[in-house]
Amino acid sequence: MMANEVPYVGIISCSGEGLPEGTLSLVACRQVLEDLRPGNSVTMCLPLFIAGGLEERTFAAKYPTITVDGCEKRCAAKATEKLSGKPTRSLIIPEILKKRGLPRPIKMRHLGKEEKTAAQAVAEEIAKAIDEVLEKA
Amino acid sequence: MDNKAKKVAVLACSGIGKAFGALARETTYELVERVRPNTAVTTCLALLVIGDPEAKRLVTENPVITIDGCAKECAKKSIESQGAKVAKAYQAMNFFKKHKDLKPEGISELNEAGQKLAAIAADELGEVVDELAAKEDR
Repeated sequence: MMANEVPYVGIISCSGEGLPEGTLSLVACRQVLEDLRPGNSVTMCLPLFIAGGLEERTFAAKYPTITVDGCEKRCAAKATEKLSGKPTRSLIIPEILKKRGLPRPIKMRHLGKEEKTAAQAVAEEIAKAIDEVLEKA
Repeated sequence: MDNKAKKVAVLACSGIGKAFGALARETTYELVERVRPNTAVTTCLALLVIGDPEAKRLVTENPVITIDGCAKECAKKSIESQGAKVAKAYQAMNFFKKHKDLKPEGISELNEAGQKLAAIAADELGEVVDELAAKEDR
């Protein structure tokens, strides 16, 4: 990264409409963008890699990226690597929840207390990863 | 023909950046969980981006409805990129244009007006699901 560039990290969440961990991923990423690291993070919708143009395709070349996936299929990590560039870090929600001793979320919408606690934990892990990426950059 | 009942696949844009994306997502959940739980199904749009075979089969073997949150139409284009045809494509913005008293706000969680709008839109789309499913049974 050049010295005069704003130190942004691109966060790419899996879309995850089909499973509760996907919703958790989106909510946690929004929390990072809005509250935890608002000055250091940007995002884009994952399917924009297909629907978008050159700007979207070069996202991972422009920013160091952290992908956040809701399941082992790792759509965000794979799609980013295939269509834009290798992600700098790749996080997986079940691993984070296991590490934090938190249960699997149940709801896909209208999150309850447990899901909100889990989202907070995931957001903290993403923020920590951003700090580590920026430190290395 | 097999006896397996046909499903209607409903795919929303991932919608991480906009309230209308959240509206698209909420409308999809209303449709598959409350309005037509036995006919309408959804899956992760991102699975299509990586070419997951099961997701691909879902959209190529069943009629597909897409609900997009912005003009970039990620959901519609992702389906078409798999060689599948979209039976009906909607933009969440148009749900709001029909019900201007219900302005959706919020991305992680829609406000009350947005949730109400999603429920109304899903009720309307229920009939579309029935029509598409009926065509498949003929």
